[in-house]
Amino acid sequence: MELITPGIGLIFWMTLSFLLLLFVLGKYAWKPVMKALKKREDNIEDALRAAERTRQEMKELKSEHLQLLAEARDEKDRMLRDAKAIKESIIEKARTEANAEYNRIIESAKESIHYEKMAAITDLKNQLAQLSIEIAEKVLTEELSRTEKQKHLINKLIDEVDIN
Amino acid sequence: MLLQKKRLFIALPLILLSVLFLSPSSVLAAGEKEEHSGEASHSPGQEEEKFNAGIMIIDHIVDAHEWHILSTRTRHVSIPLPVILVEQGKVHTFMSSRFHHGHASYKGFKLETEGKNEGKIVRVIGDSMETDQNAPLPLDLSITKNVLALFISCILICIIFISVARSYRKREGHAPKGLQSILEPVILFVRDMARSSIGDHKYERFMPYLLTLFFFIFFNNLIGLVPFFPGGANLTGNIAVTMVMALITFIITTFVGNRNYWKHIYNTPGVPWWLKFPLPLMPLVELMGVFTKPFILMIRLFANITAGHIIMLGFISLIFIFGNINIVLGYSVSVVSILFAVFMGLLELLVAFIQAYVFTLLSSLYFGMAMEEHH
Repeated sequence: MELITPGIGLIFWMTLSFLLLLFVLGKYAWKPVMKALKKREDNIEDALRAAERTRQEMKELKSEHLQLLAEARDEKDRMLRDAKAIKESIIEKARTEANAEYNRIIESAKESIHYEKMAAITDLKNQLAQLSIEIAEKVLTEELSRTEKQKHLINKLIDEVDIN
Repeated sequence: MLLQKKRLFIALPLILLSVLFLSPSSVLAAGEKEEHSGEASHSPGQEEEKFNAGIMIIDHIVDAHEWHILSTRTRHVSIPLPVILVEQGKVHTFMSSRFHHGHASYKGFKLETEGKNEGKIVRVIGDSMETDQNAPLPLDLSITKNVLALFISCILICIIFISVARSYRKREGHAPKGLQSILEPVILFVRDMARSSIGDHKYERFMPYLLTLFFFIFFNNLIGLVPFFPGGANLTGNIAVTMVMALITFIITTFVGNRNYWKHIYNTPGVPWWLKFPLPLMPLVELMGVFTKPFILMIRLFANITAGHIIMLGFISLIFIFGNINIVLGYSVSVVSILFAVFMGLLELLVAFIQAYVFTLLSSLYFGMAMEEHH
């Protein structure tokens, strides 16, 4: 029975001690402890937030960096492409120019050949005329006596001397 | 190989422990016998030859006016404690050793050894040993075993936590160290528990009470498990102690209760009107709940801790019970008893924490419920 009957004395001392303990611990232990814990947690929170922010910044920086890299690559590609185009155009131009030159040379060659040929023909004509005159001179000198023979000879000579 | 070593590590202390307990146990068993026969010569009417486990256990778990250390063949060794009696406005103070373990009266008072007031201090007629049946019981504010244990534990708790608080102040912003790092997780555990059951904004004002409550119960549960002097008092297994704590929880709950809380009790929403109107059934049930909550807190802690002590003492008593039948039987039972006692001790360590946790958790839940806003 004594086990479940609360004793007055113990109730008195317990109330006194417990309230005193509550007061002393509340003032000298829990208050500084809770404050320190809260402060440390705030610090940790701040540090974590700062780390997160830095990471974000790093990420942005990195993306910027990547963008720069991509731009540089594009620039390079573009330059290469341009260079290639320029090269091709130069080659093309050279080719056309060479062709034109070639054609011009051929043309002039053809022209000079033509001139030469014409000159040769003219020369030949002149010589032929000279020759004809000489033949005619010879025939005239030889066949002045014999008309028959003269005729025969002139025909024969004309047959022999053909222009072509 | 490693496993064998591990097994050896577990087995060795157990064997040592059993041996340690074995040797004095036989002495104690013999001593107990002797002592009782010695007592028998004091009061021939008493026939307490045999060891009585029930009386021994009850003696150990209830309060006492002296702190019993041990008994040898010839005498009791105990720490006398101050007796403070208030009777009709007069205060009597003297040491409990004046009673000679209940064999003498002093200043007209004696320790009652039988009847319904057994263990209490009562008035005697004149200077005799006869109880004055007509006199009322004096108001006993003695520093009893439990009160001394209470003082010791309070001082210990103060020293520990003030030093922890100092290391918080000294090492501000740094990682915890030493005692601080052992207790910080527990402090945080209590805080998080309070935060989740009371609410994010309101929990802070309850922290001093909840932390004090938790560590008071936890430390006293642990100290109660230590079988010798500064420990061994069944403080948290005393109903007066648990009653005071439950009462404080009840008072705080009642004071912080908001309109919503009281409305919930007197006019429970969501309940059919006929449960409230002609016969206020629901309000009665709710009002009863207000009182049963702290009552259950009180009973739970008291019963758990007292039961743990009883079981431990029961296992130890088995040794003496069997030892009285046959000394060899006593020795052989002691091995099993000690093993069980060690197992129970480990279980009690767990219970020490769980009960402190439950008491604190329920207190904070009650505060949270009393302050809950309308939802």
